[in-house]
Amino acid sequence: MAEGQFCNKSTVNTEEGIRHLLSDTNGKTYYKEMEALEVDSAAIQATFSKTLKSRLKTWLEICTHCGLCADSCFYYLANEKAPNQVPSYKIQSTLGELVKRKGKVDAKFMMDAMDTAWSKCTCCNRCSQYCPFGIDMGIMFGYLRGILYSQGFVPWEMKIGAGMHRVYQAQMDITSEDWVDTVEWMEEETEEEYLGLKIPIDKENADIIYTVNAREPKHYPEDIAEAAALFHITGEDWTVPSVGWEETSIAMFAGDWEACKIQVESVYDAMERLKPKRMVVTECGHAYRATVTEGPYWAGLKDGKTPVESIHYVEWVAEVLRNGKLKLDPTKKIKEPVTYQDSCNYIRNAGLSNDARYIMSMIAEDFREMKPSKEHNFCCGGGGGLNGIGRYRKQRDAGLAVKHKQIMDTGAKLVISPCHNCWDAIRDLEEVYEDGIRWSFLKPILLKMAIIPEHMIPKDE
Amino acid sequence: MLYDYVTGPIALISLVIFFVGITARVVLYIRGLDWRLDRVTYTVNVKYGIKGALRSLFFWMMPYGTRSWRVKPIVTFFVFALHIGVLFTPIFLSAHNIILKEKFNFSFFTIPDALADILTIIVIVSAVVLLIRRLVLPEVRNITDFKDYMMIAITIAPFLTGFLAYHQAGDSQFWTIVHIISGEIMLVAIPFTKLSHFVMFFCTRVQIGMDYGIKRGGMKKGYSGQNW
Repeated sequence: MAEGQFCNKSTVNTEEGIRHLLSDTNGKTYYKEMEALEVDSAAIQATFSKTLKSRLKTWLEICTHCGLCADSCFYYLANEKAPNQVPSYKIQSTLGELVKRKGKVDAKFMMDAMDTAWSKCTCCNRCSQYCPFGIDMGIMFGYLRGILYSQGFVPWEMKIGAGMHRVYQAQMDITSEDWVDTVEWMEEETEEEYLGLKIPIDKENADIIYTVNAREPKHYPEDIAEAAALFHITGEDWTVPSVGWEETSIAMFAGDWEACKIQVESVYDAMERLKPKRMVVTECGHAYRATVTEGPYWAGLKDGKTPVESIHYVEWVAEVLRNGKLKLDPTKKIKEPVTYQDSCNYIRNAGLSNDARYIMSMIAEDFREMKPSKEHNFCCGGGGGLNGIGRYRKQRDAGLAVKHKQIMDTGAKLVISPCHNCWDAIRDLEEVYEDGIRWSFLKPILLKMAIIPEHMIPKDE
Repeated sequence: MLYDYVTGPIALISLVIFFVGITARVVLYIRGLDWRLDRVTYTVNVKYGIKGALRSLFFWMMPYGTRSWRVKPIVTFFVFALHIGVLFTPIFLSAHNIILKEKFNFSFFTIPDALADILTIIVIVSAVVLLIRRLVLPEVRNITDFKDYMMIAITIAPFLTGFLAYHQAGDSQFWTIVHIISGEIMLVAIPFTKLSHFVMFFCTRVQIGMDYGIKRGGMKKGYSGQNW
């Protein structure tokens, strides 16, 4: 059988297509069909000759197999230092082999490569900091994911997620109407608590355009309310777009570069349409990575920058704390030991470690660094899409061991985690280990401490 | 006679292959960089690119300058010892410079032969230590292939044979010829094997430095750059 009815090389471009894929619960048939999926070696070879240029080629070629990358990988550490978890081995035995064999491989090889690309690497890029040549296996696995995706060898949830971006320009089935409804609902809920609060939709020329993770309107609408409250308290001139509000990119995790482009262009279009001065991205790591760090390249923007300056939520928080727009009650600082989960996507890969430290110094009396921390911190264990893939639940859970130890070693039971993926991983970690670890985004913590201007406080009747 | 042959035309050919080869490697590497595929705006945000590249080179060429070097202090010691010896000894050896002067009418400053001896021994010992590490540690052994052993053999041969020739062990003429041939093998091997990291190290370090310097945080205000 060449192409399966669920598992095939076609992209999912319609609502119907998504529903069809979803009807195959947990992708049971999907993975079975994958075993018989034909590999189009000529297409792989063509992609290589177009896209495998000097950077990747040199990385694959000059690796001297020194093994310094081994200890940099949390999977290697979490899996009793299994030699098949050494980053160099993982990439050489997959992408390296695929290049060597000029794409002439079978479905079994491709499925093994898929299992490695999605369950043994979260694309955290930590290895790039430990290789003397700067070989970045996270980047190479991202590239491999693209090849695998184009051949239909992609985890079921990733294929659905990429399809969602193609259909809804969001990682979930949320239409523009759903989004606007949720925002209006949150405005109603919050304006009683903070007098004068508004969530301006599609306001032109605002100072800030605020964009989110689709999980927020879908599962955690209070996050939008909290963001609104904080923008209100700080007196920011802000807006949310009715279209182009989604920052995340399951498409990036899936390796669906076309969908990545569609997704980020929806946000850039909102920028062009509403002409804000800046964009603030919610507390999400990969969303920032996708739309701010990588997105301009997918969209072909030659300066590598988003159409308007874009900052992560921690940058905005650090800014309003520094300029005094947000005043915190020092007596309400967190008293218990507290630690901070450095997200790979905006700390290692976007240089925001100092802002995070500044915020912690303002909100915590007993801040404990994980070891190592900042750029050298370990992935939470759930990055790269791994949190959402049923097929790799066991591998994901095993990988959490490193983060668990890091947190426990700090002696803190509260983890501030301004990243959806990290937040999820730490929540799941607590399900596995049950140590009483708690986790939080910044917004609820800040709101508890914020000094609210008198005129915004409702008067008791 | 064999001696004239290996010191004459073969030496010249080896040197030409070496210089043309490494130049070609660097040129092809740079030409193969693609801002869109690599997702790094190499030619737009140049100032940040240069800063990132220099940081990347500086910290990695400094012994114990990076966290990676620091967490593996013993490996780091021998890696640096090996590379310093491999690079310095042949270039500044007095015997080599006498030949340079004779053939090309220029020479570098020279180091005392006793120091050259010490450096040679350091090279050999470091290589043996790293070889043992390769054989003993499963995470290294598992990824090691035939090419890696060849790389070590090709690198060590000129030092071992040079040492034997200088100290007139056995047939000195024989060792001298083997030394010259092994040196020529190394020169020719550099552009075509992993030994190309002789120049490609600088290319890949500059590239990843620019990547972090331009795209991954290097342009953020108040951030000094990737903490290698």
